Amino acid sequence: MLEAAFLIPAFPIAGFLLVFLFGRKLGEPVAGWLATLAMAGSFVSTLVVFGGLAGLEGEERFFIQKIFTWIPSGTFNVDIGLLVDPLAVTMCLFITGVGTLIHLYSIGYMHGDPNFSKFFLYLNMFAASMLLLVLGDNLLLTFLGWEGVGACSYLLISFWFTDEANASAGKKAFVTNRVGDFGFMLATFVIFTSIGSIRYADILSGADAMTTNAATAATLLFLLAAAGKSAQLPLYVWLPDAMAGPTPVSALIHAATMVTSGVYLLTRLNPVLAEAAQGAVTAIAWLGALTALFAATIAIAQTDIKKVLAYSTVSQLGYLFLAVGTGAYVAAIFHMVTHAFFKALLFLGSGSVIHGLDGEQDMRRMGGLARIMPITAMTFVIGWLAIAGVPPFSGFWSKDEILLYAWNESKLLWLVGIITALLTAFYMTRQVILTFFGRIKFFDAHTDEIEMAFANRVTDSKAALEDAQASVGAAEEGVAKSEADLEKRTEALAKAETAVEETRMAVASSLPANDGHEKLVKAFEKAEKAIPKAGTAMEKAGAKVTDAHQALAHAQTAVAEARELALTAATAANRAPKAPEYVTAFTDGPDVSEFESQMPDSYRQRNEYHPHESPWTMTLPLIVLSFFAAVAGGLNLPFTKDLHFLGHWLEPSLFGNEAHLTDISTATKWGLAVVAIVVGIVAISTAFYVYVSEKVNPESIELDVFAEGWHLDNTYAKVAGGPGHAMFDGAAAFDAKVVDGAVIGTTTLVSRLGGVFAYLQPGFVRSAALGIMLGSAGVLIWFLARLWL
Amino acid sequence: MLALLAQTQVQIPEIVWSVLWPIVLLSIGGVLLITATSISPRLRVGSFPAAMTIVLAGASLVTLPLIWSKVRDGGGQLPVIADAIRIDAFTLLVTGIMCASLIVVSLLLDDYLRTEGLDGPEWYVLLLMSATGGILMAAANDLIVTFLGLEILSIAVYVLAALHLRRTKSQEAGFKYFILGALSSAIFLYGIAMIYGATGSLRLTDIAQFIASGNSAGLSPLTESSLLLAGMAMLLIGFGFKISAAPFHLWTPDVYEGAPTPVVAFMASAVKAAGMAGLLRVFIVAFGVVAEDWRPVVGAMAILSVVIGAASALGQDNVKRMLAYSSIVHAGFMLVGLYAAASGAAQTGTRSVVFYLFAYAVMSLGTFAAFTLIGGRGDQNHSLSAYVGLSRSNPMVASLLAVLLLAQAGMPFTIGFWAKARVIIAAANGENYVVAAVAMVAAVVAAFVYLRLIVTMFMISEPDEAGEAEASGAQLRISRSGLFALGIAAAATMIWGLFPGFGGDWFGEATRALLELR
Repeated sequence: MLEAAFLIPAFPIAGFLLVFLFGRKLGEPVAGWLATLAMAGSFVSTLVVFGGLAGLEGEERFFIQKIFTWIPSGTFNVDIGLLVDPLAVTMCLFITGVGTLIHLYSIGYMHGDPNFSKFFLYLNMFAASMLLLVLGDNLLLTFLGWEGVGACSYLLISFWFTDEANASAGKKAFVTNRVGDFGFMLATFVIFTSIGSIRYADILSGADAMTTNAATAATLLFLLAAAGKSAQLPLYVWLPDAMAGPTPVSALIHAATMVTSGVYLLTRLNPVLAEAAQGAVTAIAWLGALTALFAATIAIAQTDIKKVLAYSTVSQLGYLFLAVGTGAYVAAIFHMVTHAFFKALLFLGSGSVIHGLDGEQDMRRMGGLARIMPITAMTFVIGWLAIAGVPPFSGFWSKDEILLYAWNESKLLWLVGIITALLTAFYMTRQVILTFFGRIKFFDAHTDEIEMAFANRVTDSKAALEDAQASVGAAEEGVAKSEADLEKRTEALAKAETAVEETRMAVASSLPANDGHEKLVKAFEKAEKAIPKAGTAMEKAGAKVTDAHQALAHAQTAVAEARELALTAATAANRAPKAPEYVTAFTDGPDVSEFESQMPDSYRQRNEYHPHESPWTMTLPLIVLSFFAAVAGGLNLPFTKDLHFLGHWLEPSLFGNEAHLTDISTATKWGLAVVAIVVGIVAISTAFYVYVSEKVNPESIELDVFAEGWHLDNTYAKVAGGPGHAMFDGAAAFDAKVVDGAVIGTTTLVSRLGGVFAYLQPGFVRSAALGIMLGSAGVLIWFLARLWL
Repeated sequence: MLALLAQTQVQIPEIVWSVLWPIVLLSIGGVLLITATSISPRLRVGSFPAAMTIVLAGASLVTLPLIWSKVRDGGGQLPVIADAIRIDAFTLLVTGIMCASLIVVSLLLDDYLRTEGLDGPEWYVLLLMSATGGILMAAANDLIVTFLGLEILSIAVYVLAALHLRRTKSQEAGFKYFILGALSSAIFLYGIAMIYGATGSLRLTDIAQFIASGNSAGLSPLTESSLLLAGMAMLLIGFGFKISAAPFHLWTPDVYEGAPTPVVAFMASAVKAAGMAGLLRVFIVAFGVVAEDWRPVVGAMAILSVVIGAASALGQDNVKRMLAYSSIVHAGFMLVGLYAAASGAAQTGTRSVVFYLFAYAVMSLGTFAAFTLIGGRGDQNHSLSAYVGLSRSNPMVASLLAVLLLAQAGMPFTIGFWAKARVIIAAANGENYVVAAVAMVAAVVAAFVYLRLIVTMFMISEPDEAGEAEASGAQLRISRSGLFALGIAAAATMIWGLFPGFGGDWFGEATRALLELR
């Protein structure tokens, strides 16, 4: 059955080739199903191999399947071969198991992506590389897988490469990992020079022949490599940025599998570690402990749901290093397995949330999702209980074992570990509360939206003011017009009165007997009649003037009012950015009813969106993972020796290098466990106290220095951008001037030489014959010269 | 008189025919081919001769594993024909190279002859004969057989070089090659005579034994035997001419330029491999004990070859001349490996040369296959300007050629990288740091030559003038068989580049045959 080992990487390679060749034609979702099936096939093969291995006795559980000799080169032979032992198979089980679930999940998550099949192509390629890394029977093959997963990680982080942030996150991961890879290569050279082989079989059996110095150097260099791949201080900076990739990638690569390869490497080489100076191994433990604490402090202040998990991953990987450094290899692998379950679960849960909320990643805008997505919430809660170390969930058992070994090594290490456990329980509780409980804050207006609403109001009121001012102008014009009209009417009345007077005089002066008299009388009567007409007109004009004055007064009042409104709006707009309390409040959100009409479109769109539970392809993996996250602790229960299933299983891979807990009494063990449980309860209740009852301002805990990751990343950027950049410029200048100069100089010299040779080789038969004869003479003389020399 | 004849009864040695299949198939097949086509002129035209050559070579290839199983059962080496010939892994490897070369060259030649309006199975007959000679050279455990092989190999190639009857350049190349070849053969034969005089034997193994016994008597290094020293010198000169190592390389550029390109493919792969195989066999088996005597000269020839070859290649505008000089560099590299083998790194050094032989055969076959295709009608588009913009007009040919050129430059993940790396590692193992350093610098300079050609194909845009565009091979007619041949070579370059151990450890076995089974 062990012969099936080659099938484990063969399935994803075949899947990769098929999707590569036909992916575009198959399209969505067939390409995804094909890739998932390939992973499932790999998982089944792993089960078969596992069965075969379990059927053997302890020491015989070491099987090498040589496929062919890759590089035959004198004393340096490298095979393409697989090393099947309990450690490798354990890794394979969760890589293929969790990998299959994540492939399945991705079918739902990547729905509708234009590069759907390409995503699965990369996923399968990643899985193949990861399996090669774990199963390779020599360091070079592991390095091939090591680089393969790095390349796939780069491709997948920048999968949505059109976004600048994603592309640069991919580059950051790639560059940071180069530092670690440098360590890997140097360590391989050290191993080869001191053991004479890079095959694990030779290294594991020949490690005790290494000098302490060589083993220490190899250990420290491998530690550098592992710190790069497993995101430890100071090389962790790429992992949080890697969250820019699609969430299944974060779950598969940046939580469950690739990042554990550093720990795998150190565990695999435990005989080398055993030969190294104690200081080097203690350095591993301290590096892990400090990373765990450091990343945990950062995690409590993150607001992005995935960033919390990213820093949590860094922190949990720190635990694994702590375990390796204290010789607790079983505990390291145990926690690696449980972590793979619960962290993949948490990541996939967060992906489900993000998927259901239309891409929202800010936890401050979530809340109450337990009602909307019950399956996601339920499974996430299980993941939370597991990572927070609540018994009987898996995380409690594995973390407790690591802490136990830390206590055995040094009380200080244990203290750092327990503080980290406290912080872990705290920030995870915070995450669960913010995401799933309390009020649904998804529809809440965002601060920037409120700002925009106020800004809209300012704009509106300004427009109203302008309108009012324009109407004042119109009213003033009306006043002027009507006054002019009144004047005209008044003049007309005066004229009419004059005409009456004149006609009356004329009537009086003429005789009634006259012919003209009658006419005059008529004219007089006419003029008399005109007077009241003109009077009425004048009255009317007067009324109009009054009206116009009134309108003017109104308009002026309106302007004053509008000005006042604009002023209020502007003041409100100024005040708006200072209102973050609007969005963190657990009980009440911002009341935007009074200016709802002014809210921007994004707000309206969001309120029309319906958050929903994810499809079954996504929830099924969650359910399966939550089951394992809950019960995986059963792999290695501490109560009696018989329950150390994982410990017995891994024994052949550890060559007796596992640390022994002889000094610790059972009472101490129970005591430590109780302390761990109490710490977890304290942390969880503190988080409830802070985030539910709102009696403490969260800002007093979520310090800026935590949110900014202790400014370490910025410092790197500054160094790389300032002195580092100058150094690179210097190197580039050196390359351009000195190196290129040497190269160009050589070519110039050589092409001149070429001219000389062309002159010496004219191409006549006789000259060629002469040349050959001269050469022959030279050779002859040289040979014969040996007679006398 | 008759009685005398009866008395001196000639002892006919037993011949194990079953392990001589390749030699029999190729030589008898050649004779049958010329007979058949003479009887039935209809067979002269068409692809019959090429097909028959490919079948013969293919059949020989098929027999190799069968022979190998027999040889392995016999302890790794079978002496044949009264120990005049040794059939071992090394012989079989060289046979394989010869047959592969025959197949690729026949694929090229079929279309070439049709395009050029030349007919005749003679080309193929000569190729078959020449390959037979090459196999003999590699297999010979007797200097006379070596010489026989050398002459069978060479005379056929002289004719082949001149066989393009309408091209004066081809005639000139054949003539030059013949005169200079005759000169070197004379020297070689003289050397054999001297060795015989010094050691009283022509058997390589006997010579080795003789020298070794002299060695134990305190005669080594050979401060006493001027005859043996002069003999070795002359053999080295003869082989040096065949593998075109400096300073015996002067014929190479002219002959490579003038000879029909498919024939050049054969010369670069098969002839050079055979010459190198003979050199390895003679100098490692017979003169391995006195390596201290010939080592410095081989080192000097190696350095001269890589330096002169690389430097001269730079100034060339004709790609065939360019590759002729590059073949001198490659010969130099093989000599570096031999030099390493002579200076303590016997195992890694010999192995590096054996691998290099194979690698260079693959790379040169492919490169000259591409040149044949690009050379076009009249076999004349060989100036650098003919390669301008080739990547656009014939992307397939251009990219395959680029792979082969990168391999020649020693690019990682190609067969050329492992070949060069092995030689350099062997030289470092033998603590020949100066030679290794010179070889590496020369390799860098030579890389410039290949890159220049690649840049010409890919980077320089096609000129607008109609005349220039025509020269750039826009109307290139690519025969399917030729492209197939090119594809095989490029694929082999990549396969052994990615998996240098592909197909088993032939090179290690061949090395063992040379070093341990003397």
